[in-house]
Amino acid sequence: MLQHLFQFLAGSFRHIIKGSKTYYAWVAFLLVLIGVGAVGYVDQFQQGLIVTGMRDQVMWGFYIGNFTFLVGVAAAAVVLVIPAYIYHWGPIYEIVIIGELLAISAIVMCMAFVSVDIGHVERIWHFVTINFPRSLLAWDVLVLNMYLVLNVTIVSHLLYRAFRGKPPVAAFVVPLVLLSIPAAVSIHTVTAFLYSGLGGRPFWNASILAPRFLASAFCSGPAIILILLQILRKTTGLQIKDAAIHKIAELMAYAIFINLFFLGCEIFKEYYSGTHHLLHTQYLFFGLDGHEGLGLFAWPSVIGTMIAFVLFMVPATRHNFFTLNIGCVLLYFSVYIEKGIALVIPGLTPDTLGEVYAYHPSRHEIQVAAGIFGLGFLVFTLLIKVAIPVALGKLTYQDKNAPAVEAAEPPATAHA
Amino acid sequence: MSCCSPELPEVPTEIPDVEGPLPTTKRGLGDLSLTRREFSKHTAIVASFLSAAACSTDSMDGFVKSRLREMDRNELKDLISSLERKYKKRFNKDVQVRATPAAEGVRFAYALDLSRCVGCRRCVHACVKENNQSRPNPDGDHNNPIQWIRVLEMNKEEGVDLAHATPYYNPEEVPREGKFYMPVQCQQCENPPCTKVCPVQATWKEPDGIVVVDYEWCIGCRYCMVACPYGARRFNWAEPYLPADQVNPNMHVMGNRPRLKGVVEKCTFCIQRSRNGRYPACVEICPVGARKFGNLLDPKSEIRSVLENKRVFILKEDLNTQPRFFYFYGI
Repeated sequence: MLQHLFQFLAGSFRHIIKGSKTYYAWVAFLLVLIGVGAVGYVDQFQQGLIVTGMRDQVMWGFYIGNFTFLVGVAAAAVVLVIPAYIYHWGPIYEIVIIGELLAISAIVMCMAFVSVDIGHVERIWHFVTINFPRSLLAWDVLVLNMYLVLNVTIVSHLLYRAFRGKPPVAAFVVPLVLLSIPAAVSIHTVTAFLYSGLGGRPFWNASILAPRFLASAFCSGPAIILILLQILRKTTGLQIKDAAIHKIAELMAYAIFINLFFLGCEIFKEYYSGTHHLLHTQYLFFGLDGHEGLGLFAWPSVIGTMIAFVLFMVPATRHNFFTLNIGCVLLYFSVYIEKGIALVIPGLTPDTLGEVYAYHPSRHEIQVAAGIFGLGFLVFTLLIKVAIPVALGKLTYQDKNAPAVEAAEPPATAHA
Repeated sequence: MSCCSPELPEVPTEIPDVEGPLPTTKRGLGDLSLTRREFSKHTAIVASFLSAAACSTDSMDGFVKSRLREMDRNELKDLISSLERKYKKRFNKDVQVRATPAAEGVRFAYALDLSRCVGCRRCVHACVKENNQSRPNPDGDHNNPIQWIRVLEMNKEEGVDLAHATPYYNPEEVPREGKFYMPVQCQQCENPPCTKVCPVQATWKEPDGIVVVDYEWCIGCRYCMVACPYGARRFNWAEPYLPADQVNPNMHVMGNRPRLKGVVEKCTFCIQRSRNGRYPACVEICPVGARKFGNLLDPKSEIRSVLENKRVFILKEDLNTQPRFFYFYGI
């Protein structure tokens, strides 16, 4: 067992340090991002959160927005297993692995965003007196950690078995994969409840918030997966059929439609009833009291989603990889705004006593966020760099009696 | 009524000594006086219904061994003496830190007369002075001034309407023509949304109704601030700036003792005063007598008299937070 682990680590290390120039450049770029973020965070840790744009009126901002968006990515990545299984996309375990690794990386980023947002990160152990079940933040911490453990367990099992050259133990892993699907839905639902449970914040205090969260997650998550699958099948030996990609795109068209429909429902309710609760939506799209508002972000987000809907709905553009990828990028950034800044900020502006404080993320916040994205992408890159050769049987356990370890490794993997 | 300037620096001599004994505070409060000698007796009561499950990891300050809420009598005594030593060293003066527990049969409540309030903001500044809030930093760096009371200026013709209110009025004289004023601070809800959401149980409602924060336990996630419908909670975005000559040495562990960077704080009805038979600083300072305070459970208290003889309303009643802070029109 120990010997397996040692060989696995040694083999992983060899795969991680070997790669093309593009790979090295990419990893170096991510390391630079992480460094920039670390510098920003050290400064924030010393001076306090005063270096952010947040204040008492708008006490949550860019960090929590990124957290919310990434919970959606983590959730959607795993739910894609269902269509992959139903429509026989081919290497189902490989698709499971990619989805779960993306989920793991997204959860790592989520935890990092929460950690940089709190005033006393060294007090994290105070969760020993967790306020469960009353606090939804307590729920969120619990479900996110459980989800992380679940995904790590599944991926470890699949990779360990593949490394040993054996098929996965279906009786062990299939129930866990099935469990990971409701778990994925639950993490995003709980994250939505974190907001919608607050009576004092009418912009969030809506039953439709959780369904909207899920609908938008099923737009952004698959958008990332589609691009990843295209990259991975070019750079590794992974076989993904065009039909599978087109099917995901078709399913995404439904998700985009539902997301736009939910948005329409909210717009109708807010504007037709025209209560004071409308102020938040007005701030989002048009600004208030001479403050510019978030129109610069909100409008591109809505229009981007609409364009993506057309691109994904029309078969010709859906099957054309160029237009498909444009749709994916548009969708990714639209949801990034929708579930980030356009969710958190208008919920808090105007504040509960009617004051409009115009929040803008500070240099520190952008710097730290860039670092966390760098960290997440690095985690994902390294995990994939090891996982794909293992899954494809290119990195396997070699018995000591068969000394041809190096020779057995095909040089093709170095292209990744 | 145009008698008061909103600029505090112009009226410092008019501010009574908030430390001095004020005979009027006896009225309506009932007998709540607690001396240091009685302290141990009361902490025993507190300890009896609090769990002793203490966590033994040191916090930043090194002497806090567990949550305030779970401390037994001895731990609380140790905490108090170490805090007193620490503050004496830091501020170079004698400091008294109390842990006066809630007295039985006491439920604090507050009433504010909107027809009397002139918007002078003396309450805001008396509160800052009494409760050791962070002051404006003259260096400009890490400027993080904190005020627990926000006085809103509203239009008479619109009535109480938060959407058209502003806390940033600065005329020569108050009240301004056509305006009235509504001070808002922690409403000490019977059903507080803020304590419900705290992920680590660092804030709770005391038996006398005061909602407090354990500054050593708060992780600074600010979910309580997001949940509060009254904008009553404040965060220490930077290291609080509290010059030694401005420190109020009468402190309470759950109230006005100096805070640290990265934690949430809030109005405690001046817990260091109210639990020792005195009015909160904002009640005492109010030049027009707009602020009333007392024990809801005492039929002879001033607060009960307001409820009986005036028609009161609460802010955002639809949220079912059940504030123990009432507004009324006394004239």
